[in-house]
Amino acid sequence: MSATSAVDQYDYDIIKKFSVMAVVWAVVGMFVGVYIASQLAWPFLNFDSPYISFGRFRPVHTGAVIFGFGGSALFATSYYVVQRTCQTRLFAPGLATFTFWGWQAVIVLAALSYVMGYSQGREYAEMEWPIDLLILFVWVAYMVVYIGTLMNRKQPHIYVANWFYLSFILVTALLHTFNNIAVPVDLFSMKSYSLFSGAQDAMTQWWYGHNAVGFFLTAAFLGMMYYFVPKHAGRPVYSYRLSIVHFWALSFMYMWVGTHHLHWTALPDWASTLGATFSIMLLLPSWGGMINGIMTLSGAWDKLRTDPIMRFMIVALSFYGMSTFEGPLMSLKDVNALSHYTDWTVGHVHSGALGWVAMIAFGSLYHMIPKLWNTQMYSVRLINAHFWLATIGVLLYITAMWISGISQGLMWRAFDDFGNLQYSFVESVAAMHPFYVMRAIGGMFYLTGMVLMAYNVYMTIRQGVRAAQTAATPATATA
Amino acid sequence: MIEWFSHPENTKPLGLVIFFVTFCLIVLWVYGRGKRSRKLEEHKNIPFLDDEDEVKDKPNG
Repeated sequence: MSATSAVDQYDYDIIKKFSVMAVVWAVVGMFVGVYIASQLAWPFLNFDSPYISFGRFRPVHTGAVIFGFGGSALFATSYYVVQRTCQTRLFAPGLATFTFWGWQAVIVLAALSYVMGYSQGREYAEMEWPIDLLILFVWVAYMVVYIGTLMNRKQPHIYVANWFYLSFILVTALLHTFNNIAVPVDLFSMKSYSLFSGAQDAMTQWWYGHNAVGFFLTAAFLGMMYYFVPKHAGRPVYSYRLSIVHFWALSFMYMWVGTHHLHWTALPDWASTLGATFSIMLLLPSWGGMINGIMTLSGAWDKLRTDPIMRFMIVALSFYGMSTFEGPLMSLKDVNALSHYTDWTVGHVHSGALGWVAMIAFGSLYHMIPKLWNTQMYSVRLINAHFWLATIGVLLYITAMWISGISQGLMWRAFDDFGNLQYSFVESVAAMHPFYVMRAIGGMFYLTGMVLMAYNVYMTIRQGVRAAQTAATPATATA
Repeated sequence: MIEWFSHPENTKPLGLVIFFVTFCLIVLWVYGRGKRSRKLEEHKNIPFLDDEDEVKDKPNG
């Protein structure tokens, strides 16, 4: 089957829209990220304005990168993978178009509401109730499109990447619904109050928070990995059976780990011990999946020297391995006593988000975008430059946060000879300053790489559109 | 009987046993019979079935 007929056979229009918006939101979200990192290093950047203060801009950053960039990349790749592995077109294309406009509206409305000061105060779920309802409609539409396409498949077996995408869709629906059960103050008020309170509220929030990491930022991107790594390497996945065990082990274990965010709090001790225990067990399937991805290149390692897209994918898997080692380590109560509430956590999150999630998304988008527009990437050298800028950026970021976080933890628990705290809080803040500057610089590297990608993607699309017009012209003239 | 299920101290270990046994059965099913294992491994070629540069099973795994 030729590339041209694939363009005709599958519904690529919706995938193109989501791919473009993934790149746009990545630039916007990472720019806001660099800005708030710079605010921490140089506080005058708050300009005494509440609208752009750190507290309001922080959820704009997380919303734009997680749901804008990550979400759009997942919609795009899942619609691509499900069609190509089921060899059928999308079910209900009208609903798929609704998911695009609905999802973009969610990101824009959420960002505007944060800047205006509306927030539920629940991390990664700051959207107030009217936006939560819109998410619910979009998500149900997404589920109908995805499951409908799977049911129309021409391939008897459902490829494993679709299992991961499906679990992400299902679990996100559950998490979103139960974490956002709230009572609005009145019908025309943005404000609402959670149904839960106290420790139960905290547990529900972190059940949501960690499973958002587990299913939105891990399982879904593993779906991406299980299709795009073999596809780009030109070799099937190392072990299909291992991918099945990987899937089920993640599904059984992830749900239990959220309470490791609440060690040493009012939560019952057994609950936080349970979270830590399952976190340690998660190391096995996580590393099994990582090894499965990396070993797919077995016998074709030379591609790493010549192909920057492959490099993105393999470095992403290495970061997946690294952050899924660091996570269980930090979930141990004694380690957590040092690491919690410090920048170490921020570094850990970004090692997963920038190193794993974003890099596997970059690799997948670089593979998929030329195929959507039936062309080649405009510049491989720019992809290479993007790779190195991103790698240097993420290394600077996480190193700065390791030093800063461990120093913070040690300073906060240091006592003098009389049993008094050795350092005041503000002394620990002052000690962090060089590392906040280093983190902002790391972010600038990463953002620069992202801007290169946006330019490269724009030129690639322009090239593809022009080639299509040129190909169409003689045909029109003949007619 | 329903009374027994209403106590979390009974249902929690029961849930654990059910999930653990189910997971063990999945692992046994996946890595069990040679014929089934071979059939499962064949599915790894699905991403290549609709390509002109189709890649068949290479000696991975």
